[in-house]
Amino acid sequence: MSAKAVSCTIKSPVALQIGDAVSDSSRPGVYITDITLAEPVNIQEISFKNYYTAYVTVRLQRRQGGSAKWVTCLRNYCLMSNPHAEAGSHDYFSIYRHQMLTEPDSVTTVRLILRQPSSEWLNFSIEEINIYPCAKEDSERDVPAWISTLTPVEEPLDLNGLPDPETVSSSIQQMWALTEIMQASQTAASIGRFDVDGSYDVKLLSYT
Amino acid sequence: MRKAQVNWEKRILKSLNSMCTELGIPLARKRPVPEQNELTNKWNEMGTDEPDLSKFRPVYAPKDFLEVFVGLKNPNNERSEDLTVRSHWGLIQVSLNGRDIPQMREMYPELGLTYGQLGIDDHTHVPPDLFESEHIHIGKKVVSEQDSAAAQQYSRQGCPTGLRAQLWSLILNTTNDPEAITHYEQLKARVIHHDLLVDNLIYKDVKLTASNDDYYFVFEDYLYQVLLCFSRDTAVLEHFNYNCASPPKSCMQSKSGSEQCAVVYPPNGVIPFHGFSMYVAPLCFLYNEPSKLYSVFREMYIRYFFRLHSVSSHPSGIVSLCLQFERLLQTHLPQLFYHLREIGAQPLRIAFKWIVRAFSGYLSTDQLLLLWDRILGYDSLEIVAVLAAAVFAFRAENLMEVTSLASAEAVLADLSTLKVMPLLQIFLFATSV
Repeated sequence: MSAKAVSCTIKSPVALQIGDAVSDSSRPGVYITDITLAEPVNIQEISFKNYYTAYVTVRLQRRQGGSAKWVTCLRNYCLMSNPHAEAGSHDYFSIYRHQMLTEPDSVTTVRLILRQPSSEWLNFSIEEINIYPCAKEDSERDVPAWISTLTPVEEPLDLNGLPDPETVSSSIQQMWALTEIMQASQTAASIGRFDVDGSYDVKLLSYT
Repeated sequence: MRKAQVNWEKRILKSLNSMCTELGIPLARKRPVPEQNELTNKWNEMGTDEPDLSKFRPVYAPKDFLEVFVGLKNPNNERSEDLTVRSHWGLIQVSLNGRDIPQMREMYPELGLTYGQLGIDDHTHVPPDLFESEHIHIGKKVVSEQDSAAAQQYSRQGCPTGLRAQLWSLILNTTNDPEAITHYEQLKARVIHHDLLVDNLIYKDVKLTASNDDYYFVFEDYLYQVLLCFSRDTAVLEHFNYNCASPPKSCMQSKSGSEQCAVVYPPNGVIPFHGFSMYVAPLCFLYNEPSKLYSVFREMYIRYFFRLHSVSSHPSGIVSLCLQFERLLQTHLPQLFYHLREIGAQPLRIAFKWIVRAFSGYLSTDQLLLLWDRILGYDSLEIVAVLAAAVFAFRAENLMEVTSLASAEAVLADLSTLKVMPLLQIFLFATSV
């Protein structure tokens, strides 16, 4: 399904706030993170781990022809249904191609706009960002060597005194059918033994 | 929160280990044969056997557990020390999601003023034709159809006393078929073969709590029979799949002496605490066969009660329930909350013991069973937190006049005269929002 993630450089998040970032005591509610890709990619999936971000907007810079254009492919995607509460704050998310407003093809830069309107949280960000490209239809993966060396024609086997494979396989099939019947008729109840060989002499509990 | 749970478990293990070394009693041992025979003979009257329990102490009490939550702090959370209108005045400082009253009105419509309730409309001065007889008639139909989903929906308006036992076992999907009886007999055999330190903790707990209770002391023997078997039931280990807690383990030498294996101690992975036997006691009013009583208790434990003593963010978990209680109080009774805070009587310190036991031992039994009907009906413990807030609302006038924690506790010491359903109805549906 997903190939390896494409290598990318993730820049450190830039806060958007009114006033001087250093001296102002209020915390920013918007961060912008840019991710530059080494070469234009058709994106299949963007996955990340959330850390207290409430909404994320994804913008892509696509290279078409000679020009680069910015498009919004996901607007205010909700990660935490209640920005003041913990639910969704540490969850893993994946954004797929089919969820996006525009086709994420030939993408050179991905811009993530993170918003957290609640004043409850000191920091918010997203981590472990991975971008997965579309699987190519004409795969250039090498065919493993052993496939090409399969014997194409059934040669008559030299038995050397062993029994005929056909009779052996039919009797094995019968045995297999018997074991299936046995398995199907087992009860769901477990035996539930807690002792080991009849003894249960416990001295101390272990801390692990 | 996972870290807090892990640390809490370590503390319990240390406490149990130190008790074990101090008293010189092994955590588990095989009983010698004469002792096994003696126990088999005394199985139905274990209450008469008074082992020396003076040196045992409970591993922990609910108030120790409360201190764990009070210390739960999210490092990413902005918490100023000032008491403002916006800040949370209570002890729980974790921001979990909770429902407010309008949302609860949508969640619990069957508790509304226009629905009939057992606990309100079965009062002697209300003619039974208005609600009660029809409700009992429907109940009989549900039982005869053996419909589990209908039973759950039905119990939201209360279960009639005569049908409650069958309805609860329908909802919990417990049967009294030969398999269940055999399982119980197996557990009984295991109690006879092996002696666990945890047994003494159970004895001590029953003697301290249920035996001293006017309603439950008659069931002392049943409690031993259920709880001792419960400790040896490895099927309970499955609930750790959805419980953030983990069972305590120990290393043991196998009989051949060649390898060390890890075993779970106690076999069901649950270490009882002070008040644990109160989860079983009310059920003794419903079931008189030990195997049936046992199945129902075990099912209730692995569905609901385990959430009351492990640290998790689940909406029915104890942390969420406490937070819900504090939020309801701060939103709807702010003057009372502020007053209690000022005199050093944080409301949760009083209400915690009610919530952790789901009110068992504090309400009178018929009222408690009506409350537990709704827990089963709505498949959630949230109603316990709502009731705690409703009790404070009911006694608000008296509480506004107290000046110390001790007098606040005295006002709320006796809940045995309270009627649960009117309190819930008024709090949920007659409070102005």
